[in-house]
Amino acid sequence: MKPSDPSITWIDEKPLGLAERLYLPLFIQGLTTTARHLVSPKVTVSYPEQRPKVGNPLIYRGVHRLNRDEEGRVKCVACFLCATACPAHCIDIVATESPWPDREKYPESFQIDELRCIFCGMCEEACPVDAIELTSLLDLTGKSREEMIFDKEKLLSVYDMTKDAEPMKSDSLGGTL
Amino acid sequence: MPTVIVDGKEIEIGADERLNCIEAARRGGAEIPHYCWHPGLTVVASCRMCLIETGSRDAATGKVTMVPKLVPACQTPAKDGTVIVTESQLVKESRARVEEALLIDHPIDCPICDKAGECLLQDYHFEHGQPERRADLHPFTSRKREMGSTVTLFVDRCVMCTRCVRFTREISGSAELMVINRGAKEEIDVFPGFPLENKLSGNVVDLCPVGALGDKDFLYQQRVWFLKAEDNVCGGCATGCSIRTEHNQDTVYRLKPRENPHVNKWWMCDDGRYGWHHLHDPSRLVEARRAAGGRARREGGADDTIEWSDVGRRLRDDLGAAGRLAVAVSPMLTTEEAWMLCAVARSIDPQAFLAVGHVPIDGADETYPGGFTIRAEKCPNRLGVEGVIAVFGGVDAAGRVPGWNALLDHVRAGEADAAWITAAYPGGWIDEETAEAFASLSCLVVQDLFESPLSRMAVWKLPAAGFAERAGTWVNAAHRAQVFQQAIRPPAGVWPEGRLYWSMLGRRGLYDAEAVRRQIADSSPTFAALAGDVPATGIDLRIQQLA
Ligand code: SF4
Ligand code: SF4
Ligand code: SF4
Ligand code: FES
Repeated sequence: MKPSDPSITWIDEKPLGLAERLYLPLFIQGLTTTARHLVSPKVTVSYPEQRPKVGNPLIYRGVHRLNRDEEGRVKCVACFLCATACPAHCIDIVATESPWPDREKYPESFQIDELRCIFCGMCEEACPVDAIELTSLLDLTGKSREEMIFDKEKLLSVYDMTKDAEPMKSDSLGGTL
Repeated sequence: MPTVIVDGKEIEIGADERLNCIEAARRGGAEIPHYCWHPGLTVVASCRMCLIETGSRDAATGKVTMVPKLVPACQTPAKDGTVIVTESQLVKESRARVEEALLIDHPIDCPICDKAGECLLQDYHFEHGQPERRADLHPFTSRKREMGSTVTLFVDRCVMCTRCVRFTREISGSAELMVINRGAKEEIDVFPGFPLENKLSGNVVDLCPVGALGDKDFLYQQRVWFLKAEDNVCGGCATGCSIRTEHNQDTVYRLKPRENPHVNKWWMCDDGRYGWHHLHDPSRLVEARRAAGGRARREGGADDTIEWSDVGRRLRDDLGAAGRLAVAVSPMLTTEEAWMLCAVARSIDPQAFLAVGHVPIDGADETYPGGFTIRAEKCPNRLGVEGVIAVFGGVDAAGRVPGWNALLDHVRAGEADAAWITAAYPGGWIDEETAEAFASLSCLVVQDLFESPLSRMAVWKLPAAGFAERAGTWVNAAHRAQVFQQAIRPPAGVWPEGRLYWSMLGRRGLYDAEAVRRQIADSSPTFAALAGDVPATGIDLRIQQLA
């Protein structure tokens, strides 16, 4: 598009008035904001002594978990849809024939590189059986890179840890269980 | 010229071409969906997905008369004046109904189905189906049934197109598959006690338009959308089937036949199809090793790993110092690699004895009723290598190119001081006794995929590349030259033969198979046909020689 294009409307900047040239109104505006924050309630917390409060754990995107079905087996059917959706390519699945008659395929190994993950929640969106979910666990630390690659057991243990506080989301959101 | 009218467009077809309406419409740019029809099989017109409106145009008056009902395009020949309508309301409704009927009985377990992503039922439903199902959902699983050692049937996913049944009757001629029961209870099965066991069995998986037939070798391994495909040629036998090597992150997951009317039509054999596992065998040679002090390895001396960038120079020094050189040019090499190897050998010893390497033979040629032949000669490029050696004047008094036995005689007669044996065979190929012939040489170079009795006594033990790791041209048993690119990288930084020879010839930059190919074409009438661009289906070398 050239500057001479007829579809462009050129508007001139308005000349500054007396008030703007004095700076005084803007100065007062700024100070008012500062003063308001001095007296309003604090929004920061002294982490880690104090835990931040998660507004709605159901939509918070923290550490992943792999859900279990009623019989305690991993729910995942190893469809690779989460790995396909993941923009960070941090999910690595090895699928194999399942040992159970009611299921064809299951993940022999399931790894998420939590350091590569950008916590976008696309994996959770993609999963057709609601097996992978993001919990509201927000402090994710480790001593090595290897430790931050979560395998199937670890992801299942996150489920065991959080299942009471955060029941499977699908339940309340009307999805399939 | 006969003229066919496809959706109002006039398309000319050949006078003696026998096309059906699907093929004729395709020429006019209209794709008619179809399940049961396959160009390589007989027509049964049972799936009804290809229903279209047709009519004929009177040549004299130009008046079009339509057939009052829908007809299957696969079964309707396209003749002069045939009118094909592929997108009318009636046709669209019919397709949507066929799709709906198929889905009533389908488990729709796409997330766990290996065909998802390349499934016709998915594609056609997306394109021609209706957004809602009016029937109840079936459970999310499909019954499994073993067909044989290579194929599993997921019974409920089948759309009863019977392509697989017709394949075993018409192409493999083994007729293991059949339809049991009738009507809505129809299912595919094998005759009790006669599982699907023939050397073409894997093709039924390619033919199956849905995920009903699963390839056990590929089952659950990878989703198809992660795979990248490279046009390649099978190195399993001298037929040289056109294939696609499907891989991800330098790992091959499966091989698929690529349509080539001159070689393999739509098929390939199971030996070739599953014959890639050696590429990822952990026991492959991956380091260039040289026995310390240049003594033969069998004396028990230590050996050193040589940097790839040094291999060319030191190899040249060792062979140059040893004296008279004999070279076995493996029929697993591409023509370009063979040409460069001969050039390198002749630059070290201008009198170097060149011979075709060991040609593995297994049984006799097997031809199937559909015309497909599996060759006994289990290497892809004997003719190409022979042609190259002839270009270098390596023929004997009778005008024949020496083979492996001639090389053994040459070495046993003490006429060589050094030998360079290229191999790259997927399995064991030489015994202790034969290897003994090379024991007295002062320098033995062996370039192979795996350890062998021969490599154990070599001074230089060099790794070779597998078939998907090379680039170049193979000439099959029918003199058809097919050009292909490298599909995956060899393991652990191994230099494929092409790269090593290229650098040994002092050429700069990356190995460029095409540059070498043009050079070969210029140097010999045998290969003159390779001068221009070679089509994906290859080129017959003999045609150009006659001209
Ligand atoms: S949250 Fe996003 S980045 Fe993390 S694993 Fe899931 S899809 Fe990948
Ligand atoms: S999308 Fe769900 S079921 Fe599929 S592999 Fe990922 S976690 Fe498993
Ligand atoms: S198994 Fe596949 S190829 Fe055979 S009839 Fe069923 S859908 Fe067709
Ligand atoms: S393709 Fe014509 S009826 Fe099946």
